[in-house]
Amino acid sequence: MDHAATLPAAGHAETATGLNTFKVGFWVFLGSETLFFGSLISTYLVYKHQSISGPYPDQVLNIPLTSVSTFVLLMSSLAMVLALAGVQRGNRRQGLFWLFMVAVLGSTFLGFQAYEFTEFYHKGLTLQTNLFGSTFFVLTGFHGAHVTVGVIWLLTLWVQGLRGELPPERSLTVEIAGLYWHFVDIVWIAIFTLIYLLQ
Amino acid sequence: MATAEAEIQAGYHPHGRTGLWDWITTVDHKKIGLLYGATSIIFLLLGGLEALTIRTQLIRPDNHFITAEAYNQFFTMHGLTMVFLMGMPIAVALFNYIVPLQIGARDVAFPRLNALSYWIFLCGGLFLYSSFVIGAAPNGGWFGYANLSERPFSPGPNMDFYSLGLQILGIASIMGGVNFVTTIIQLRAPGMRLMRMPLFTWMAFVTSFLLITALPVLAVALFFLTFDRFWGTNFYMPAAGGDPILWQHLFWMFGHPEVYILILPAFGIVSEVIPTFSRKPLFGYAVMVYSGSLIGLIGWGVWAHHMFATGLGPIADAFFTISTMIIAIPTGVKIFNWLATMWGGQLKFTTAMLFSVGMIAAFTLGGISGVMHATSPHDLQQTDTYFVVAHFHYVLVGGTIMGVFSGSYYWFPKITGKLMNETLGKWHFWLWFVGMNLTFFPMHFVGLLGMPRRTYTYSAELNVGALNALETVGSYIMGVAAILYIWNLVRSYRKGEPAGHNPWNASSLEWATTSPPPEYNFGRVPTVRNREPLWLEGKEQVIADAQAAPGYIHMPPPSYWPILTAIGIATTFALFMTHVWWAPLIGLAATALCVMNFAFESTT
Ligand SMILES: [Cu+2]
Repeated sequence: MDHAATLPAAGHAETATGLNTFKVGFWVFLGSETLFFGSLISTYLVYKHQSISGPYPDQVLNIPLTSVSTFVLLMSSLAMVLALAGVQRGNRRQGLFWLFMVAVLGSTFLGFQAYEFTEFYHKGLTLQTNLFGSTFFVLTGFHGAHVTVGVIWLLTLWVQGLRGELPPERSLTVEIAGLYWHFVDIVWIAIFTLIYLLQ
Repeated sequence: MATAEAEIQAGYHPHGRTGLWDWITTVDHKKIGLLYGATSIIFLLLGGLEALTIRTQLIRPDNHFITAEAYNQFFTMHGLTMVFLMGMPIAVALFNYIVPLQIGARDVAFPRLNALSYWIFLCGGLFLYSSFVIGAAPNGGWFGYANLSERPFSPGPNMDFYSLGLQILGIASIMGGVNFVTTIIQLRAPGMRLMRMPLFTWMAFVTSFLLITALPVLAVALFFLTFDRFWGTNFYMPAAGGDPILWQHLFWMFGHPEVYILILPAFGIVSEVIPTFSRKPLFGYAVMVYSGSLIGLIGWGVWAHHMFATGLGPIADAFFTISTMIIAIPTGVKIFNWLATMWGGQLKFTTAMLFSVGMIAAFTLGGISGVMHATSPHDLQQTDTYFVVAHFHYVLVGGTIMGVFSGSYYWFPKITGKLMNETLGKWHFWLWFVGMNLTFFPMHFVGLLGMPRRTYTYSAELNVGALNALETVGSYIMGVAAILYIWNLVRSYRKGEPAGHNPWNASSLEWATTSPPPEYNFGRVPTVRNREPLWLEGKEQVIADAQAAPGYIHMPPPSYWPILTAIGIATTFALFMTHVWWAPLIGLAATALCVMNFAFESTT
């Protein structure tokens, strides 16, 4: 069958670059996301030290606690790599276990974030309190929403895997979910460095 | 050729839906292009009516045709309509129809996502216009400057429609951008190297990059405004330490690339039309590609020329003055290359060619006044006056709209298989060209004499009454021209002369296939061996391939999930208007359900 006979849009057919179309499209989308988080992070930095009333970052940010949650998220990226390797090799048990682990670690990170947000609330920092509150909650909130979407995505894949619908030929779907997951992880590393560590 | 017979013989199975349901569920890039085109022409008429209302109010000093409040809503909606509901989507309409044909693809990379973009755009436009029903259309200008747009100063729902409506439209644009970047990278026919792509496809490529990079910045600016208005944050409220200038930075960081999102497609069109009707290849093809890309790139470093009056300081002012002036260089290169293409060519002044040449003239004028207020001290005299209105209308009406008119006369035969009426077309061109210059040229003087923008009336003592009356007459002439255009579209669609597959004897791939093209575009995807596949060697083979009887071709099936997902997304944002905190969650849940079905739908 020559190139003319199949629709390249189907993703698995021959393409001009030889790359997979879904993967290229997803990379392009992540480029767009970079500008989105870039704008949020820049706003946080521009408004640093501009709050005219407390609580200020050094009064509420809990670096040891967030270091733990950051470590959890980093480990989830490792789990993602192992999950993909499992699916690609057709090792169903490895794939399923690590997919589930990514979702668990991601949820743990979200649990830490929920705890952190309530702590801040008790210390008098809300979305409306000051510029620090507004920029902090909106930035980390959007990041948390991205993690939530990722967890739902991974659980969907996990359920598919349980039903035996994740053979090695479909490893690309896991790979793309992985791209998203690593991206969200990298954004968090930027947030953790710029907001928590460099106060 | 007898396409239908060929399909049956060779086993190509069309999906066989017809009528309204076919349009609602279609994922065919050509049909989606037509939907985009029809919708944006309707919005062009609405935005035009708003403009005529504005001009009627300004026909004489101290006029009271409409109230100041109505005037604010009309000029705001005029701007929003012409930028977001006409200028961008009408370019996307042509991207949709033409780009896959120009690169030798059967569809875009993600056909269902393409349908989703269109339906989100339509829902966003309807949401924005629903504000007129309750008499509370956005009234703070298309730029929505904070902190005027904040709840204490705009307590009504007007600017809620703005912040939520643009958010919906932005999602559609980002999806469209992702789709076209991927399409152009991935789906080029064999031999269609990047440096063989037609200029229109190149400009679509650059524009799509600008869409995916500029729109997320607007999304963040709008989220801050939405949070401020609905949940009492203080992003743009100076009383709590916030800075209204942050809005201006974010808005113009989007807003200046947006200017190129609006003009680069027109540059692409002109670069197709001029060589075709000069019977010469485009002069300096590579330089045209580089200059277009450079405009897109430098376009990211000039945004603060919209903000000289905010007092950024001498260093920032100097930087943005220089960077803005530098953009004039690649732009000038383009203008000279178009002229050089025409030089010594066998010129044929069809309507399409007239609009392209008219576009070069009008755009050059707009470009020159642009360089004038790139100079920050100059700008301080001109900012917020009609001089600026004159400048950007020369660029957008003279540049973008005339370019799009040119493109529609050029590609109408491909899309419908029929020629447009040239006599009506020439009336359309001359009335439009004269009307446009009558409307906008006097605005330079009116502005320098001190007439401010965005003010619903002016005093007789300003002595600009006669010029304003002239401008209003000009705008009515443009109105007549627009009606002629619509009439020409309808009439030519019904009983135009048959066009054949390549009525202009043009050089690019879209002219190889039949007019209108079959659903699968090309019977066999042609192999491209040069930059002008229909002019140079191998053209017979390219045409034979394009019009060959199709082999087994799988086209993606129609789907109703795009329209449902779009309704879900738009409803989520619309439910913010209830001010009930959990109401948007209902929309979100519905959207999630649609997205799941969208994701798991079979495309075979
Ligand atoms: Cu600008």
